[in-house]
Amino acid sequence: MIAFISSFISRVMNTLFKGRKNIKLGLYGPPNGGKTTLANRIAKDWLGEEMGTVSAIPHETREIKIKEQVTIKSGKKELTFNLVDTPGIATKIDYEDFIKHGLSERESKKRAKEATKGVIDAIKWLDNVDAVIVVLDGTKDPFSQVNLTIIGNLAARNTPVLIVCNKVDLKKVKIKKVESAFPQYPVVGISAKFGTRIDEFYEALFTVFR
Amino acid sequence: MLTLEFVPYHEIANLSSIGRIRKLLNIAKQNKIVLLEGRLKKEEEIELIKTTMEEINEDFKGIELAVIYPTKNDSGIFTKMKTNFVDMIAGNRLGLTIIGPASIVKAIKKDPTKIQLYTQELKKKARKKK
Repeated sequence: MIAFISSFISRVMNTLFKGRKNIKLGLYGPPNGGKTTLANRIAKDWLGEEMGTVSAIPHETREIKIKEQVTIKSGKKELTFNLVDTPGIATKIDYEDFIKHGLSERESKKRAKEATKGVIDAIKWLDNVDAVIVVLDGTKDPFSQVNLTIIGNLAARNTPVLIVCNKVDLKKVKIKKVESAFPQYPVVGISAKFGTRIDEFYEALFTVFR
Repeated sequence: MLTLEFVPYHEIANLSSIGRIRKLLNIAKQNKIVLLEGRLKKEEEIELIKTTMEEINEDFKGIELAVIYPTKNDSGIFTKMKTNFVDMIAGNRLGLTIIGPASIVKAIKKDPTKIQLYTQELKKKARKKK
């Protein structure tokens, strides 16, 4: 079944991407799932430079960031794309939560305002991306409505999707639960922070998005 | 005190997408928890999140959202066929959507078979109002 799904996605991708040069590969997911950490890992591995700052405070990424012409290689295989790192999608943003993380009231209100704009931009960008890596924190409940809404919208748009179950270095991660939540998509478990199983992730990119 | 407002599907059935979102969000902004019969379309769900973000301010912190729907992923082929058939007849009338203001609803946890709604501790806010 998995082989069939993988083959189906590959066929769709071949049709979609044939002859296209500027594939936009989006990183989507809820805040603090590790999108920017993964973006940095990819950019560092293949371009030698990082893409954005990461923080334990939610909504560190508040604007769309694009790294153009990232080419990943494995043997004779090659895949080139523009990597689009997006702000985490949330249904609520309370500046008081940032105060709890040690920011001043003024900084917190500014961050909250920028974060709401970031979520809006991320949603608008759903129309612009050609394929998406959904980055989920493997320690969190995969059935959250934000996850279901993002993936439901990608499915409705027929956008090819690879799901990353991030933070596998932590014991609480339950990759099987992520797989059972989204059986229609391939799931790869990694630690973007430590690079654990990152080669499997790149192989999955070739399989799903070639 | 928690206030729940039930919205039958027929009340939104003939509204435009914007109209549906406006109606549900307006109820949530009155600090009521919305129980909608059925569900929004996927593109309406994401639009609801977008509109919510546009309206966040110091008083309105956003929403908690959950949709319960008999999933097509569980069980065998006959269940899937049955769900598809009911889908065809009932459209988006199946399931239940919960939209709670974030100032009242702390979290909605769910798995495919159950849903739990956690409310905020209101003592601090009540004290402030005195």
